[in-house]
Amino acid sequence: MMRHKMMDALRHSVLRLGLGLSLACASGLPLAAHALTAPQALELAAGEADERVAQLLQLAASDDAQAHALIRALSDESVQLQDGRVLIVQGAEAIDAVSGAVVALADGAEEAVVNNRLRGALDSALAGMDLLKGDAARQREAAAILQRGAFDDPTPAQLPLVERALSPEFAARLDPAARESLQLAQAALHLASTDPAQRSAAARRLAGVGQPIVKALLSQRLESETDPAVKTALSQALSSVERALSTASVLGQMFTGFSLGSILLLAALGLAITYGLMGVINMAHGELIMIGAYATYLVQLAFRHYLPGAFDYYLLAALPLSFLASALVGAAMERSVIRFLYGRPLETLLATWGISLVLMQGVRSLFGAQNVGVENPSWMSGGITLLGSLTLPWNRIVIIVFAFAVLLAVALLIGKTRLGLFVRGVTQNRPIASCMGVNTARIDTYAFALGSGIAGLAGCALSQVGNVGPDLGQNYIVDSFMVVVLGGVGQLAGTVYAALGLGLLNKLLEGWAGAVLAKIAVLVFIIVFIQKRPQGIFALKGRQA
Amino acid sequence: MTTQVLTSAPGLPAKGPLLARSGWGAILVALLVVCAVAPALNLLLPADSIFHLSDYLVGLLGKIMCYAICALAMDLIWGYTGILSLGHGLFFALGGYVMGMYLMRQIGREGSYQSDLPDFMVFLDWKELPWTWALSDSFAATLLLVLLVPGLVAFVFGYFAFRSRIKGVYFSIITQALTFAAMLLFFRNETGFGGNNGFTDFKRLLGLPLATQQMRMTLFVLTGLTLLGCYLFARWLVNSKFGRVLQAIRDAESRVMFCGYDPLPYKLTIWVISAVMCGVAGALYVPQVGIINPGEMSAANSIEIAVWAAVGGRASLIGPIVGAFIVNGAKSWLTVTFPEFWLYCLGALFIVVTLYLPQGVVGLVQKLRIKKGGQA
Repeated sequence: MMRHKMMDALRHSVLRLGLGLSLACASGLPLAAHALTAPQALELAAGEADERVAQLLQLAASDDAQAHALIRALSDESVQLQDGRVLIVQGAEAIDAVSGAVVALADGAEEAVVNNRLRGALDSALAGMDLLKGDAARQREAAAILQRGAFDDPTPAQLPLVERALSPEFAARLDPAARESLQLAQAALHLASTDPAQRSAAARRLAGVGQPIVKALLSQRLESETDPAVKTALSQALSSVERALSTASVLGQMFTGFSLGSILLLAALGLAITYGLMGVINMAHGELIMIGAYATYLVQLAFRHYLPGAFDYYLLAALPLSFLASALVGAAMERSVIRFLYGRPLETLLATWGISLVLMQGVRSLFGAQNVGVENPSWMSGGITLLGSLTLPWNRIVIIVFAFAVLLAVALLIGKTRLGLFVRGVTQNRPIASCMGVNTARIDTYAFALGSGIAGLAGCALSQVGNVGPDLGQNYIVDSFMVVVLGGVGQLAGTVYAALGLGLLNKLLEGWAGAVLAKIAVLVFIIVFIQKRPQGIFALKGRQA
Repeated sequence: MTTQVLTSAPGLPAKGPLLARSGWGAILVALLVVCAVAPALNLLLPADSIFHLSDYLVGLLGKIMCYAICALAMDLIWGYTGILSLGHGLFFALGGYVMGMYLMRQIGREGSYQSDLPDFMVFLDWKELPWTWALSDSFAATLLLVLLVPGLVAFVFGYFAFRSRIKGVYFSIITQALTFAAMLLFFRNETGFGGNNGFTDFKRLLGLPLATQQMRMTLFVLTGLTLLGCYLFARWLVNSKFGRVLQAIRDAESRVMFCGYDPLPYKLTIWVISAVMCGVAGALYVPQVGIINPGEMSAANSIEIAVWAAVGGRASLIGPIVGAFIVNGAKSWLTVTFPEFWLYCLGALFIVVTLYLPQGVVGLVQKLRIKKGGQA
């Protein structure tokens, strides 16, 4: 039955290829050709699930403009059934899908139901229909939909649609990447072909696609395969896909570990200055990160309201502003509270904890307790896809680069500038620095503001990958202290190694033991490590407590 | 008590009888209030009398007395030994969890699933109790475990930390990491302690229903007696030779070592004692409040204990108790009337106390008294 219909459709299309196509496409009117028959339309609109899908794909593969119009209407859910006739509703009036006549819509009309399965097939059908109309980008998109359809739910009915697009007459217009996708779709469908040679070829073709779904397809086929030659081809393809998948998953874990490491690095860099160099236990460090994130949120709001055209560049304005916001709060903290507590670390700890409570509640009063939404600029969404199944999101990549840029800037600032020289001098020997004419109190404020500002930059970066809420800082405070303590006080290099190492360790353990246990294991590791080396990985003499 | 006479250094409590005559008087009054006056006001007076002590107040005061025990424990380790722990919430919660397990078993088959297992285990489709629950149906074992579990955790952690001479802020931060890690652990359902819901819906204690006025009063009296007992014990401890060594460690640890003392056993002992006191407080807290969950282990809770001690006044034993009452009294009043302001107040309290009141409220009162005495 299905085979018969497919032949029927093929005949239709062959007949009309010469004369009908241009006419039908150009006019787009239902009365151009009367190829769609009433039973076909009825089956498409109200048949059994399998038959509907088959009919849909078959009609889509034909070049019948009326059928295409019906499919589009079905996808818009504007198809009604009335007295055994299929109607396309357009605003107030309804048109008979077969005859093209305008019909009055009665109360008894029923909507043609589109379930999930049919929705998937509809996407494939629309993609197949529009494949050759769009430019290269649209073609790639449509081919990708067809490929997904063929991978997720391969039915022989999809084949004509795919093969039509691959047919030699369109070859010249087809985008190469789209052709690649279509060929993969064809291979997935050919796995169920009756010709063993075609099946083997399909298996070999799919061997290079490292996607979990392909693995499922191949192993499914392998179970029901009887031909020994095809069996070998399938199992070879399967093992190659599995290899690609496991490589991708290891690489993926490394990448997320690296990404977490870079986030920890950003969160801890500011602390490496305030705690590592100055020896100030700043429990409000997390809240300074939060202030940076909220500053980014405000800049984003301002851009959306006043400069919607430049929205993609709001981060450029948010970076300096988040730095400034946190630096100012930090300077105020240093001047008003921390200054009086130098050399009394436990008191500093309690006082800065108090500050963090006040800052958190302040933000809650101003912006509400709920998380606020910070949108990524468009150039940050999406990612690079490697090895088929591994996607590296752009925002993560940008943050890794950003973390190292900030690190470089901080290293230069501490190592090469006058301010850095003073900070190092005050750290190493306060009385002598003071004797040399360094205004140590002012240097303290500057250094603390600098560390706070870097926390603000971290907040700006974090707003791109996570939630922004009043509790944002709390999530990072324990981690950032761990990084600094592990890395060794007074050391930027130690901070870098500790942050990246902790990030990698955390994610590798996570793949093996789950997120919570991994976190606990890391904390226990740090606790044990500090027992062995209380000075961290790299010990340096500093003005520490 | 030894009769050895030491010349007392300025600032240290004078070596002498455990309490002065007036001190014993105060203890007696406190004992009377807890054991006689409060129960009488709550149980005997009609509810509409102005002197009636409402059930709400009984619950609140009972809760605050548990906190006061924690503050006292914190004072022993921080005020007298100079070690700031940010992980005492863990010991409090451990004591609470041990008691909670017993109370969960006491529910019996009256849970929503009518099973012998606690509801959350039925929900997770567990068929039998995990080994951690083996002793939870015996009250005597529970009482023992309330002391042992926090004590053991503190001993192991403290031994390694003090042995490698982790001091000051480092110690504070790793205790914070410890309680944070424990919180994550208890949040997991697989750990077997109810996940993030913890334990609640308790019904009975020793076969007696929990939700009666008499039971509440009994727990209140028990808590009060424990608090007084802990106070006297702490008083005896800090006045003993052991206590003197602790204070010497606080003031100059290297000097103590040069004098031939090994600080490790001293620090470890007081650390474990302090942890056990917190555990006892937690065990008394849970039946009164009716819930225990991993939130008790959050870093914020532990650090709040430090602030009770700081507000009241470190290195005075009455200070932390006063501090716990002031801060928690203010908290329960403010969170009802101005919920927005509570965190501002708490934050400001942290800042003001560290900047302007290093000796806390008790220190302030003493200073004022000395000033007054000088003028007169």
